[in-house]
Amino acid sequence: MSDASFLSLEKLTLAYGDTVAVKDLDLSIRKGELVAFLGPSGCGKTTTMRSIAGLLTPASGRISLDGVDITRVSANKRSVGLVFQSYALFPHLSVFENVAFGLRLKKMPANDIETRVTAGLKSVGLSKFAARKPAELSGGQQQRVALARSMVMEPKVLLLDEPLSNLDARLRLEMRTELQRVQKETGVTMIFVTHDQGEALSLADRIVVMLNGAIEQIGTPEDIYNRPVSRFVADFVGFENIFAVEGGKLKAANGPISLSESLPPDTAGLAWRPRMVTLGSGPFQGTVRGASFSGSTREYLLDTPLGAIKAEEDAGLAAHQPGTELTFDLPVAKAARLERFG
Amino acid sequence: MTPRIFSPLVLFLVVAFLIGPFFIIVAASLSAGETLAFPPQGFSLKWVAKVFTVESFRESFAVSMFLAIGGTAMALVLGIPASYALSRYKLPFGETIRTIVSLPIIVPGIIVGLALLRYIVVPFGFNITLALLLAHTALVLPYAVRVVSASLNNLRSDIEEAAVLLGSSRAGAFFRVVMPNIRSGILAAFILGFVTSFNQVPVSLFLSGPGVRTLPIDMLSYMEITYDPSVAALSALLAFMSIGIVFLAERFLGFSRYV
Repeated sequence: MSDASFLSLEKLTLAYGDTVAVKDLDLSIRKGELVAFLGPSGCGKTTTMRSIAGLLTPASGRISLDGVDITRVSANKRSVGLVFQSYALFPHLSVFENVAFGLRLKKMPANDIETRVTAGLKSVGLSKFAARKPAELSGGQQQRVALARSMVMEPKVLLLDEPLSNLDARLRLEMRTELQRVQKETGVTMIFVTHDQGEALSLADRIVVMLNGAIEQIGTPEDIYNRPVSRFVADFVGFENIFAVEGGKLKAANGPISLSESLPPDTAGLAWRPRMVTLGSGPFQGTVRGASFSGSTREYLLDTPLGAIKAEEDAGLAAHQPGTELTFDLPVAKAARLERFG
Repeated sequence: MTPRIFSPLVLFLVVAFLIGPFFIIVAASLSAGETLAFPPQGFSLKWVAKVFTVESFRESFAVSMFLAIGGTAMALVLGIPASYALSRYKLPFGETIRTIVSLPIIVPGIIVGLALLRYIVVPFGFNITLALLLAHTALVLPYAVRVVSASLNNLRSDIEEAAVLLGSSRAGAFFRVVMPNIRSGILAAFILGFVTSFNQVPVSLFLSGPGVRTLPIDMLSYMEITYDPSVAALSALLAFMSIGIVFLAERFLGFSRYV
């Protein structure tokens, strides 16, 4: 086993009955990495996570962890922790007993359990709540109990299902910091599932963008944010002006447009964020149809022969009134170059 | 406005018809007279005392207790796994199974009793006590399944997965995290089943034979021969027992959540 493939999925196909949820997925995750599975609901991210946990048996393919093939190893023997989206705490047990649950099953001596649970609760800041029942805690506290409950087991991989989506904005920041701290202190390999690109970008070392049961793109947050390779990823991370490219020409609403620069032959599309659009100069013409002010910037919607264009300018610049004719440019140098336009 | 006068009237009538008979029975049982009558003649506790001296009451009470406890326990042994399977898995014919399980509520007891007698007890020479036990199990099963299902549906199924990921087996997860959390539902089902079985008349009527009688049947036949207030006294005692059980259940379990 090399360190680069601490956890590896090979040709993994997952299905519910006849419905294939994930097809031929290949993925390697390094030890100690914090990876996000990002995608819209139904993309297969949760399914993939469940199969790593052992809650779903693959239709075909292989999962190996730390050099061992765990494809057929049952979920209770995998050393994989999972923090559920709903936290799934045991309602009849105290916070202490919730955290101790797995250790008791291991038949660990009572003293060691006491020590570990106490340390676990302390690390998530919940020492005072050990005697409470889960129902007496807030959502954020319950989640920290769930995190402690998984972490005291010292799992090889910790999975988190939408860890931030049930929390309000303030708690979200707190939990994000918490997860990064836990990851740093324990060096545990973490995978979390999210549909929120902001969460993925801010938390993950590496992002796996999924769509329709397959990986669209794998990359660092910077890669995903700045260099999306497909139309879907570009759209997902906020490139709002996306055009197909055919034979080196931009496919616009009014027909193909020749570009000033030549593109690599495998270019399938170009995409611009609103702020990459230059207003006031350039070869194209459009009419301002709407404008919205968002504090630091002004966003414009332009009617153009190419189709609708979204542009953004510093709020410090003079505002363009709706109805104004404007020239604009889509600078190819700034654009994200898409390899797939499916 | 009519509703203003009307609704308290309706309320009064409903309460009167529901609770009224109970007061009549209690009053009649405290009568000093020799026959079952209302209004009671005088006041005495002698009929209440007599209940405990009637041999057949004691025997049939034991039979009824055995059937209520045994039948309900068996219904739960069958009903808990059935409810679990029905609520956690998409079973083929799941709805059909649910309907079949609840049939004993819908089919009149007379029919169940007659059918059991005519086609099972008589042709196969079935032991009467065993037949009664099976009949009571079947009668209680629908309640057991309904109440336990309600409590399972309130329980998230991901806690079982959480238990498995912490090292428990599937079966272990059921006993460690499912059972403790549906405990009050199971107790509620037990109480409901117990009361249902204990008060059951039509099925028991057909199956009761010489020497084996449930308490309600014994009371019926006692009344045919001896028309004294001890039957009223026994009824009142049974009613207080039921009220006591349900009161305790409500107090400690929040019984009304499950029924």
